[in-house]
Amino acid sequence: MGIRFILMVNKQGQTRLAQYYEYLTIEERRALEGEIVRKCLARTELQCSFVEHRNYKIVYRRYASLFFLVGVDNEENELAILEFIHLLVETMDRHFGNVCELDIMFHLEKAHFMLEEMVMNGCIVETSKSNILAPIQLMEKAS
Amino acid sequence: MNPFSSGTRLRDMIRSIRACKTAAEERTVVRKECAAIRAAISENDQDYRHRNLAKLMFIHMLGYPTHFGQMECLKSIASPGFPEKRIGYLGLMLLLDERQEVLMLVTNSIKQDLNHTNQYIVGLALCALGNICSAEMARDLAPEVERLLQFRDPNIRKKAALCIIRIIKKVPDLAENFINPAASLLKEKHHGVLLTGVQLCTDLCKVSAEALEYFRKKCTEGLVKVLKDLANSPYAPEYDVSGITDPFLHIRLLKFLRVLGQGDVDASDCMNDILAQVATKTESNKNAGNAILYECVATIMSIEDNGGLRVLAINILGRFLSNRDNNIRYVALNMLMRAITVDSQAVQRHRATILECVKDSDASIRKRALELVYLLVNESNVKPLTKELVDYLEVSEPEFRGDLTAKICSIVEKFSAEKVWYIDQMLKVLSEAGKYVKDEVWHAVIVVITNASNLHGYAVRSLYRLVQTAGDQAILVRVAVWCIGEYGDMLVNGTGVLDIEEPITVTESDAVDVVETAVKQHSSDLTSRAMCLVTLLKLSSRFPSCSQRINDIIVQYKGSLVLELQQRALEFSSIVDKHQNIRSALVERMPVLDEATYSGRRAGSIPAVVSTSQGAPINLPNGVAKTTSAPLVDLLDLSSDDVPVPSSSGGGFLQDLLGVDLSPASSQSGTNQAQKSGTDVLLDLLSIGAPPAQSSSSIPDMLSTSQDNKRSANVLEQLSSPSVASGGVSTPLGSSSMMDLLNGFAPNPSKPENNGPTYPSIAAFESSSLKVTFNFSKQPGNPQTTLVEANFSNKTPNAYTDFIFQAAVPKFLQLHLDPASGNTLPAHGNGSISQNLRITNSQHGKKSLVMRIRIGYKMNSKDILEDGQINNFPRDL
Repeated sequence: MGIRFILMVNKQGQTRLAQYYEYLTIEERRALEGEIVRKCLARTELQCSFVEHRNYKIVYRRYASLFFLVGVDNEENELAILEFIHLLVETMDRHFGNVCELDIMFHLEKAHFMLEEMVMNGCIVETSKSNILAPIQLMEKAS
Repeated sequence: MNPFSSGTRLRDMIRSIRACKTAAEERTVVRKECAAIRAAISENDQDYRHRNLAKLMFIHMLGYPTHFGQMECLKSIASPGFPEKRIGYLGLMLLLDERQEVLMLVTNSIKQDLNHTNQYIVGLALCALGNICSAEMARDLAPEVERLLQFRDPNIRKKAALCIIRIIKKVPDLAENFINPAASLLKEKHHGVLLTGVQLCTDLCKVSAEALEYFRKKCTEGLVKVLKDLANSPYAPEYDVSGITDPFLHIRLLKFLRVLGQGDVDASDCMNDILAQVATKTESNKNAGNAILYECVATIMSIEDNGGLRVLAINILGRFLSNRDNNIRYVALNMLMRAITVDSQAVQRHRATILECVKDSDASIRKRALELVYLLVNESNVKPLTKELVDYLEVSEPEFRGDLTAKICSIVEKFSAEKVWYIDQMLKVLSEAGKYVKDEVWHAVIVVITNASNLHGYAVRSLYRLVQTAGDQAILVRVAVWCIGEYGDMLVNGTGVLDIEEPITVTESDAVDVVETAVKQHSSDLTSRAMCLVTLLKLSSRFPSCSQRINDIIVQYKGSLVLELQQRALEFSSIVDKHQNIRSALVERMPVLDEATYSGRRAGSIPAVVSTSQGAPINLPNGVAKTTSAPLVDLLDLSSDDVPVPSSSGGGFLQDLLGVDLSPASSQSGTNQAQKSGTDVLLDLLSIGAPPAQSSSSIPDMLSTSQDNKRSANVLEQLSSPSVASGGVSTPLGSSSMMDLLNGFAPNPSKPENNGPTYPSIAAFESSSLKVTFNFSKQPGNPQTTLVEANFSNKTPNAYTDFIFQAAVPKFLQLHLDPASGNTLPAHGNGSISQNLRITNSQHGKKSLVMRIRIGYKMNSKDILEDGQINNFPRDL
């Protein structure tokens, strides 16, 4: 419900981060990612950020070389999801400092941790950056 | 060693994968790594477990199977150190899902972790549970989670709340336990907890109606207060997004209020103030503000009616529509679709903007706008809207055209007030986007054209013009060819010109040119060519001067490799060559297709047996029943396209058309008649209703015993009766059956040859103005059938025109009427009209013939009807 999946994909179509909140087999995931990414990459800057695909919607935004795609149910507020994407980027930015694609790639598990703090079971849990980053910073200090 | 430095190994692996140039290389690298990981697992390597898990997750993300790593996750979770647990749980959530049985093994670990002293570990466990727990796990661990709802740390509380959402989704029975704790969550101050608490309550309401009632009664005011505080709160750096405090919480609260207010007037009343405040005070120059406004509008639309609020909402949507940001416009269009059901007047005001959106460059916006326009159409605005849409059709992109065409067609069909406009629009659509038009649509166009008898000339001329310019559109060509065939004489003679038309002169050979081009085009498919051949046949009758040329064209298809075309060509060319006298009767005007029946059949969709020909049925009688041997069987179809298979529905329809009871109608077959006489023509051609008791002619015996065919066999006899068919001509194979039918009437001479016992003529009917005489004869060996020649003569000094003779007989008799020799009766008996009848008496010998007649004619432009009954038939007829 709510959010079905979150993907981060670069301009060549390679998946950099994938978090699914509903069950799909590996082949389904690959097929889904391929289709969606092709659709989103083909759109121009001027077109709106919402794409309808099968029975759900995809909200996407491009930040530098990375596309952030969020698949949501039809009833979800699309503008709110756009805000959420921005929040996610800002959180990662605060943690990594000027985050870029390589940061996410090489610190994949940290990116996952952050995402987990923010979204659980398809619902947005926490929206305050300090609250999100607190456990992660503690963990880093502890180790 | 810091396990979260990811070691050089993970980094190296990522680097090497990135360095791969081809997919095959990547696969090799991954396979090597997987082998290494598998080796490490079997050795039960503790130190590098986390690193291996991280690598496994990366590999899994790339899409390779990683199930061998699942047990590793479990071991990792069970280890005491926090980092290992962390990565173990992460692996658990990524690599496993709720359907795996391995999950059950984790239950114990999770239970222990839920009771751990370290709150972060508790948090981890809750997270994992909330993401992938299955129903059994949920049941087991629900009490633990409930306890954690009261934990001192807000982070744990919020995670517990979300965990409960999943639990009640999996096990709805447990929902009641959580209503009270959830309600207490709503009083929290911490935003995170509040956020999840609201979400939990929303989901509880969805799952359980009892919860909904509880929340409605107890919590609505509290919620309104929370929202008010939030909206009025001062700047809070923690949650601020572009000037608004925690827009996410705003939106969640609005959603929950929507659920509570839907269907309940009291709750809706409570909310009115705060909704108004949010709607007016929120700044809309940033996306966050717009998001809140959007949610607010959605809520206003769903709760119980409050006029002022609704107007406010639609104004906001109107502002959105003119915003330059595509996202906002898309969202506004979406919401307007829902608003239409509520208040369509207000939406109509924005019609112009919406029309602009149909032409937008963005595909998503176009789609939405088109659907919205479709909902907005009503009788008053249909014309300008359709004009806009049709104009846009010319410039639209191919993927969009299919949708657009379908919508335009349904709008035009639903709302067309005048036939002229309907025909105009449909022809335009056909010429622009013919190939996207569905079959039923263009069939409907033909039905409408036949029904609008005053527009026949206009329609055929427009089509003629259009087909010159847009000759490559197959569907348009089909419709045009059909109409030219039917109304070709109107085209050439310029009949029925409407004021709005420009004059156009078309000669007969021009018309034939058009059809010839159509049939010869490479791009024409089978259906179009078949229709063209039929049209050529019709034209050869209507334009006798072009007959030879037409024959030449048809003859070219005699050797066609397609059976359908070959058959038609052979048969038609033999008609044109040898049977000119029946040709005009064969290709008379189609009877008007009844729209109501047609649309009823469309809904009922009787499947067509012969799929090839779907066009132009003409009044060619059914030759042979078996569909394989003659395509003529489909041509008998009296309504538009489906074959009268000997099936109940088809036969039933024909029965209806003909009337099972012997209703009084056998009229003259003429040209250009209105519908009534159209059906009368059919009654004439086909025997009336009940299956013929007998038919001793050899022809029906040759045919199958299907009802249709018997009738049609009689028809053929009838039609050929005026002509003296020569027998025994050797003919090409394909049309042999047809030729036999036409030629084989030697045993049934129509002219009274007096081969049997003769009967005296009677004066059947006599009035001061008219005299009717009957001459009788019988065929040898067929005592039940009597051939009657009726002669009508005029006793007055005024000539009669439009002379029609109708007769009715009781049920035990069957009557067939041949066409009369003319329909003008000169005065003073200076000429007479003769008409042949055939009466079959199933009670021959027991009852004698009786008949009621009705004669209609025009004298001095006055319509006159005369009735009578004939009882004076000779006894033993």
